[in-house]
Amino acid sequence: MSKVLMKGNEAIAEAAIQAGCRYFFGYPITPQNEIPAYMAKRLPQAGGTFLQAESEVAAINMVYGAAGAGARVMTSSSSPGISLKQEGISYIAGAELPCLIVNIVRGGPGLGGIQPAQSDYFQSVKGGGHGDYHLVVLAPSTIQEMVDLVQEGFDIADQYRNPVMILGDGMLGQMMEPVEFEERKSRRLPPKDWATTGWKGDRPRAVINSLFINPQVLENHVNKIYRKYQEIKANETMAECCNCEDAEIIVSAYGTTARIVKSAMEMAARKGIKVGLIRPITLWPFPTETFQEWAQRDHVKAFLTVEMSMGQMVEDVTLSIGGKKPSHFYGRTGGMVPNPADILAEIEKVRGGNA
Amino acid sequence: MAKVFERPKSLIDIPMHYCPGCTHGIVHRLVAEAMDELNIREKTIGVAPVGCAVFAYDYFNCDMQEAAHGRAPAVAAGIKRVHPDNVVFTYQGDGDLASIGAAEIVHAANRGEKITTVFINNAIYGMTGGQMAPTTLLDQVTATSPYGRKPETEGYPIRVSEMLATLEGAAYIERVSVHDIKHIVRAKKAIRKAFEYQLEGRGFTLVEVLSTCPTNWGMTPAESLKWLQDNMIPYYPLGVKKEAK
Ligand SMILES: Cc1ncc(C[n+]2csc(CCOP(=O)(O)OP(=O)(O)O)c2C)c(N)n1
Repeated sequence: MSKVLMKGNEAIAEAAIQAGCRYFFGYPITPQNEIPAYMAKRLPQAGGTFLQAESEVAAINMVYGAAGAGARVMTSSSSPGISLKQEGISYIAGAELPCLIVNIVRGGPGLGGIQPAQSDYFQSVKGGGHGDYHLVVLAPSTIQEMVDLVQEGFDIADQYRNPVMILGDGMLGQMMEPVEFEERKSRRLPPKDWATTGWKGDRPRAVINSLFINPQVLENHVNKIYRKYQEIKANETMAECCNCEDAEIIVSAYGTTARIVKSAMEMAARKGIKVGLIRPITLWPFPTETFQEWAQRDHVKAFLTVEMSMGQMVEDVTLSIGGKKPSHFYGRTGGMVPNPADILAEIEKVRGGNA
Repeated sequence: MAKVFERPKSLIDIPMHYCPGCTHGIVHRLVAEAMDELNIREKTIGVAPVGCAVFAYDYFNCDMQEAAHGRAPAVAAGIKRVHPDNVVFTYQGDGDLASIGAAEIVHAANRGEKITTVFINNAIYGMTGGQMAPTTLLDQVTATSPYGRKPETEGYPIRVSEMLATLEGAAYIERVSVHDIKHIVRAKKAIRKAFEYQLEGRGFTLVEVLSTCPTNWGMTPAESLKWLQDNMIPYYPLGVKKEAK
């Protein structure tokens, strides 16, 4: 198939439809409005249902109902709306329902702003809602990758019966790039014989539920979910490593920021500074081992994490490298985007300090 | 010998956790009998609330989902959109439906979601120990209105059925009571009719059931039934509030 030029948000929506998603529940918020608009137009043509909910709270609970009923279903929002969805997301994780949640992140806290940010990292990977659970969090850095990860995300959700989040930002949502929608081979997925479809006695009665009033039963349930997380860690962890083989400094960044870091790396190369990049693609599970491996190399003198936040992923980087090498941070926040020259200056500062 | 009284097939044969004299059990039975009579058990998907009826998924003998507090109508909408040919119902208390879930029920009704809501109005929060509900009567004493509910500070009890009846999407709304046999029979008819309306695809249906909570009202079961009749019915008049032709 040939390439088409598409806005990030629209590409997410089209990718979802091509992945077999037929139900979308959402509530308007900038900068993700093109996703529901696209779905409102295209889903009825594809035999699906788009519904604008009365709030993000309602939207995520509609997702719960539809996922529990066995459908491929998604919702999208941006930071304040994702905060509202957290109770529902916790229920979805507790009831082990598959779905895709897109967060096109904007600056915060509070109403914040509408420009791109990465300040929802903690919320996305450390829980967000109450209780012991994780989302699988995918962080694309190009629109093509966003398309691929949307399709992969639905499969991961179905395979493990766990909610999956695409963590984008206003920049990825709004910009246009050529993308290709390939015929994808879907994974071999287990049947949804647990879904509420009406009970004729040909299977156990389906009950979608996250209440386990007996503490021992609840602990067993959580342990079961965490065994699933071990499998996800082993099978699904993804990261891109770029020019790490002889790097003195390894920069770590995800999403939009990783693209800007790549420009800074080219500038550094022209100055003869050897810079590598580790770009986590799954933020949860975090590619801890990749960081551990590179932290052991003698040629690597220091790590620098760059984010559009006050420093959130850097905590996982620091934890992963376990004190083997110094861990530095540079970030802009509030919707301010770091530029390559500033990142280069930061690289030089780190290098000077370690020379 | 012919059996004249037996457990409905739509109700699972296990002991219920409800307090003595609580009317949740009666209403469960009425819903189950209506399901049996209409022969819809195999295509019904129920949604349990957060409240005393949270374990409804253990009692109704059909596929069930347990929703977050107040969100049952949103969950039901999600299910119904995926399975439009199934029968979907929510079973909700007054804290769940009229307080934290006020937005969800209003918009489900307004969209004309083809679901049935069984709304238990017992004028109190049962599960959390007797706090004030949006439906608590004026001067009624609860754990969080120890001097009695005052309109200046706590507002007035909400007449949910009348409010929802103003919405175009609502197809059938009736308020019933279960304080005596005559009214229980009437309540069952209303629930059955709501399911029938749903089967005919007419729109949103709701049956509000005036109910008792002897434990948190601090009364005997018999006193509760009388209190319901003397105090709730005058403020919450029984009858059909909306019936789409
Ligand atoms: C988000 C959230 N807030 C509060 C609660 C605590 N809670 C559980 S049940 C309940 C009230 C239920 O009362 P009602 O809906 O009237 O039903 P009843 O127990 O009287 O049948 C509350 C406040 C909760 N579970 N979740």
